[in-house]
Amino acid sequence: MKKLRLWPHILRTSRNEATLWEENTMKLNRRIFLGTSAAAAASLAAPMSFAAGHGKPHVVVVGGGAGGATAARYIAKDSKGEVAVTLIEPTRQYYTCFFSNLYLGGFKEMDDLGHSYGGLAAGGVNVVHDWATGVDREAKTVALAGGGSVSYDKLILSPGIDFVDGAVEGWDLSAQNAMPHAYKGGSQTELLKAQLMAMPEGGTFAMVAPPNPYRCPPGPYERVSMVAHYLKANNPTAKIIVADPKPKFSKMALFQEGWAENYGGMIDWIGEDFGGGNVSVDPAAMTVSIDGEVTKVDVCNVIPAMKAGRIAELAGVTDGNWAPVNAADMSTKADADVYVLGDAAQQGDMPKSGYSANSQAKVCANAVRGALTGSKVFPAKFSNTCWSLIDTDNGVKVGATYEATDEKIAKVDGFISATGEAAELRKATYEESEGWYAGITADMFGA
Amino acid sequence: MRIALTVALALGMSGVAQADGLGDAEKGAKVFTQCKGCHQVGEGAETRIGPHLNGVFGRAAGSLEDVRYSPSMKRMGSDGMVWDAATLDAYIENPRALVSKTRMSFRGIKDAQERSDLLAYLRIYSDNPADIPEAEPTALGTDHDIDPAILAIQGDPEYGEYLASECKTCHQSSGANDGIPSITLWPTEDFVVAMHAYKRKLRPHPVMQMISGRLNDEEIAALAAYFKDLEE
Ligand SMILES: Cc1cc2nc3c(=O)[nH]c(=O)nc-3n(C[C@H](O)[C@H](O)[C@H](O)COP(=O)(O)OP(=O)(O)OC[C@H]3O[C@@H](n4cnc5c(N)ncnc54)[C@H](O)[C@@H]3O)c2cc1C
Ligand code: HEC
Ligand code: HEC
Repeated sequence: MKKLRLWPHILRTSRNEATLWEENTMKLNRRIFLGTSAAAAASLAAPMSFAAGHGKPHVVVVGGGAGGATAARYIAKDSKGEVAVTLIEPTRQYYTCFFSNLYLGGFKEMDDLGHSYGGLAAGGVNVVHDWATGVDREAKTVALAGGGSVSYDKLILSPGIDFVDGAVEGWDLSAQNAMPHAYKGGSQTELLKAQLMAMPEGGTFAMVAPPNPYRCPPGPYERVSMVAHYLKANNPTAKIIVADPKPKFSKMALFQEGWAENYGGMIDWIGEDFGGGNVSVDPAAMTVSIDGEVTKVDVCNVIPAMKAGRIAELAGVTDGNWAPVNAADMSTKADADVYVLGDAAQQGDMPKSGYSANSQAKVCANAVRGALTGSKVFPAKFSNTCWSLIDTDNGVKVGATYEATDEKIAKVDGFISATGEAAELRKATYEESEGWYAGITADMFGA
Repeated sequence: MRIALTVALALGMSGVAQADGLGDAEKGAKVFTQCKGCHQVGEGAETRIGPHLNGVFGRAAGSLEDVRYSPSMKRMGSDGMVWDAATLDAYIENPRALVSKTRMSFRGIKDAQERSDLLAYLRIYSDNPADIPEAEPTALGTDHDIDPAILAIQGDPEYGEYLASECKTCHQSSGANDGIPSITLWPTEDFVVAMHAYKRKLRPHPVMQMISGRLNDEEIAALAAYFKDLEE
């Protein structure tokens, strides 16, 4: 337990504290967190207690991203003070992954992507900047890295993703400075951009794409587009290689059309059929081996296979890499008082996106509030739309609506942009995505 | 007199007469007097307050060069809305319900027969009438009129608030428009008619068609009731 108390000063120093925490706890977490038994939690509870008091039901939300911030805000707002809401989130500024590719392409500044928790606090959410380090489901408490614990009536976990150990041969988290994933917001994104800008003339940018399922299915391919956009203007003889373990990917026809039209000859996508899944990297030598062929590269963006954020596993609500949930309210199959939202959830047909996490959070908030206060619970409705930018004023989108069945969240209806659309429409689609970004971030953070 | 003659001539040349289920062009010529203050049609027609209406069937909305269209009309055009019997009928019935902030300050024609006659008249001046894209036969005529019973539904604002949470991922509750239009503080009738225009695919936008497609009449009424008073 002593070790836990050492962390906070490390944690508050950088934008991407999540990553630091991972580095620091990789070795520790199994031993310590799995040991957060009822007894350990009880001893932690003594110094600091957030138990809501006044007999109000208490909801604890872990993770202030697309799912967690939305859920906390909606429960606090809609219950009008009847439910106490505590949000546990280590970072003081949330940097969105959505639109981070546009930052790589030069369409957004880093500051455009940062959001504070001031609006949530003003809306009545008790925001605690700390890590949740364990969950005792019997005692219904969450342990904090800074010491102490918080007790809950209902617990909502929306911790996003972590990476599967050993997913890409030669890469682990200690290599993330040499070969960034840039798949969590903040400093990793900045690092990748800096490396892109420092590429020598005619250099090579490599991406190792992830296997399904992963957060933001079109994300890697929008990134390739944005990197190509940057290189076309600044380093036009540079090349992009993508090693992909999948035979096809989201919006593939749209991306491939866009790549051919705008970035002809620059992007070499190597799919599963051509050995794109047979990859290893050497971060010290800056080489990538694809199907036995070794290439020296200047930038290597490794996006490994993903799993639910570790706290879900520590809470014991995962099965394999993800946390199975009930579609009607996002409660876990393992525990009716623990809910999992967003990327970490295994829910059925919805893609892992910020939009999906936000949509699931509202269904969950309605159900949790109903369970605690007796307010009316309406049937679950979910939707998602993912926009991607291919080039300046060239936006495309894919979307669907979903409903809850006994078995899963099931797709109802959907649409996708068509190839060969008029420039006007593509521009309107891009402008709409800007509207969506403003809308969803206002919806998450309340300002 | 002169109009009647032109009509007769045009009908004679094109030979499409009323085979397309539209109304009586001669009567339509009279209805067109309501439009004449702003629009011209026929030989030598020019854009005045409103765009000229030659060749309007089959033309993308807001697509004439040198016309200062409203941003909403432009948006409809780039979303893919083409003027055909169904979209014209909806626009003339209630311009704002189809194109929210249209600059056309005209209250609309409620009588379905009059609209049908008017369309028959306008159609004469569209090139090559045989190739004119038609709406689905089922959408022709008047069946997209919103049933007054639907407009009369009293929405449940509490349900509306829950349903509205889906909308707020894109439409800001502050009413700000950063690329997606504001939907707060609308009169309920306009709101309901606009949602049904998406649901019936008269308005072209795929996201909104999908979203409205699974909302029933009560749900649309509930949303209208909630958003009409939403102020932050
Ligand atoms: C490059 C890229 C582009 C993308 N583009 C889009 C897009 O255009 N549209 C879209 O909809 N989605 C997009 N996404 C996906 C989107 O970012 C995620 O799906 C979304 O953020 C998931 O929300 P979440 O709540 O599950 O996790 P997150 O938003 O990642 O939030 C998790 C939060 O939990 C915190 N946390 C983790 N562990 C703990 C712990 N133990 N204790 C306390 N706090 C913890 C983290 O600090 C973090 O703030 C993109 C992603 C990437 C990488
Ligand atoms: C008070 C003037 C006015 C009247 C009356 C009027 N219109 Fe319009 N109309 C306009 C204006 C202005 C526009 C451009 C609207 C915009 O940009 O939103 C327009 C646009 C249109 C368009 C779309 C044209 C295009 O190029 O996309 C059609 C069709 C149309 N009007 C038909 C009619 C018909 C039919 C009538 C009579 C029933 C009528 N209008 C009455 C002013 C008028
Ligand atoms: C994924 C983003 C998204 C969501 C979610 C969404 N909308 Fe929209 N909405 C749009 C866009 C984009 C437009 C502009 C469409 C167009 O060009 O016709 C629009 C247009 C509208 C309009 C017409 C506005 C105007 O000025 O013409 C209404 C009304 C509307 N939406 C209502 C709703 C309601 C009600 C919901 C929730 C049930 C909703 N929308 C959910 C994106 C969205």
